[in-house]
Amino acid sequence: MSDDATAAPAVPTARPATPIVRAEGLTKTHHGEGAPVPAVRGVDLSVQPGEFVAVTGPSGAGKSTLLHLIGGLQRPDGGKLWIDGERVDAYREARWAVLRRRSIGVVFQFFNLVSNLTVADNVELPALLAGVSPKAARDSRAELLAELGLEGRERAMPGELSGGEQQRVALARALVNHPALLLADEPAGSLDSKGTREVLRLLTRFHQRGQTIMMVTHDARMASAADRVISFFDGRIADDAQLGGGRRPGPSGGVSGVLELKE
Amino acid sequence: MRLALLALLTRSPAHGYELKQDLEKLLGAAYPQPNVGQIYVTLGRLEKSGLIEGEDVEQSGRPNKRTYKLTDAGREAVLAWFEDTAEEPRVRDEFFMKLALAPQSGLADPIALINKQRRQYLNTMRDLSKLAAAEDRDNKISQLLIEGAMLHLQADLDWLERCQEELE
Repeated sequence: MSDDATAAPAVPTARPATPIVRAEGLTKTHHGEGAPVPAVRGVDLSVQPGEFVAVTGPSGAGKSTLLHLIGGLQRPDGGKLWIDGERVDAYREARWAVLRRRSIGVVFQFFNLVSNLTVADNVELPALLAGVSPKAARDSRAELLAELGLEGRERAMPGELSGGEQQRVALARALVNHPALLLADEPAGSLDSKGTREVLRLLTRFHQRGQTIMMVTHDARMASAADRVISFFDGRIADDAQLGGGRRPGPSGGVSGVLELKE
Repeated sequence: MRLALLALLTRSPAHGYELKQDLEKLLGAAYPQPNVGQIYVTLGRLEKSGLIEGEDVEQSGRPNKRTYKLTDAGREAVLAWFEDTAEEPRVRDEFFMKLALAPQSGLADPIALINKQRRQYLNTMRDLSKLAAAEDRDNKISQLLIEGAMLHLQADLDWLERCQEELE
């Protein structure tokens, strides 16, 4: 990264591809018991196919609200939003439900699995709802569960699994319809460090295969796995940084500087 | 490095190159290794201060190698080292001074400073993640060294976040 990168927004190398996500002046205010709280204040954003973007910031900065707006889990008060070139900000719930089934997978902090369905049924359900044949749904499910190291757990109920395993089931469910966009809201927020590493390894693997991912996290170690980090403060993008790429750490900085043991 | 070398010599006498290899094996490839020259210089100083004793061993067809063993004073020094607790890590003084002085100078914007610093930390964090993945999983000492660096960096990033919240 060049030293003057601070001023320039981290726009990926210009490509004619349609952004998976494009937002213009996106706004959302929460109306709770007290005064209205602006959560997202005029956000402009573009995410290109294949990007892995992390959104970090203090709690209450509005980063989860931003993700929810992009996934249609909340509706904006103002601004425009496109998913894969399609203008969606005025969509009602029914159309959002269809769009999510087809194009957007979502993973939450607390997994949100259906507790009285088996692991297999949790993963197959969105495929069946999308109109896939039962056989094709079973095949996709089997493939994903094997990939995620959950072979043999098909008949288990979510409550019988560890947090890390439940999150892997949630990941399989989110990916079963091959969505253009995977949204992850603090995906390791309720996992121990082993579960965190596991989720991170899997996200990285899917990203390497071309999956576009947007992840909200307060954990810098999680964020540094992404190739672009958006810092969100007070409902606004404070910084938008591309990671990696031609950085020359000085003699006292960078990775060897932080590892050197001093007496 | 002085005390690390002394501590290695508590097991058995060794020559400089052996000590370098021992350090590498213990700390893993991740650790920026001192070069063998630094090790010889340090051993020379330790010998002068009476903490170790050197003895030349003849080698056929090659220059003599000098093997070092710990003296009683050296053992005392290692004991005292283990006895002491280590100092706390410190806040990044230089960055903090920049942040504190930026508004008065009128030459830099504090938020821009924070953003720039955050980018550097995130990139280093990324390098550390890669290093941890590349390093031998079974070398616990090395993995802990990297994890320690990551946790320190995490704390620095959390602190930057606090600075940004307060100063924005």
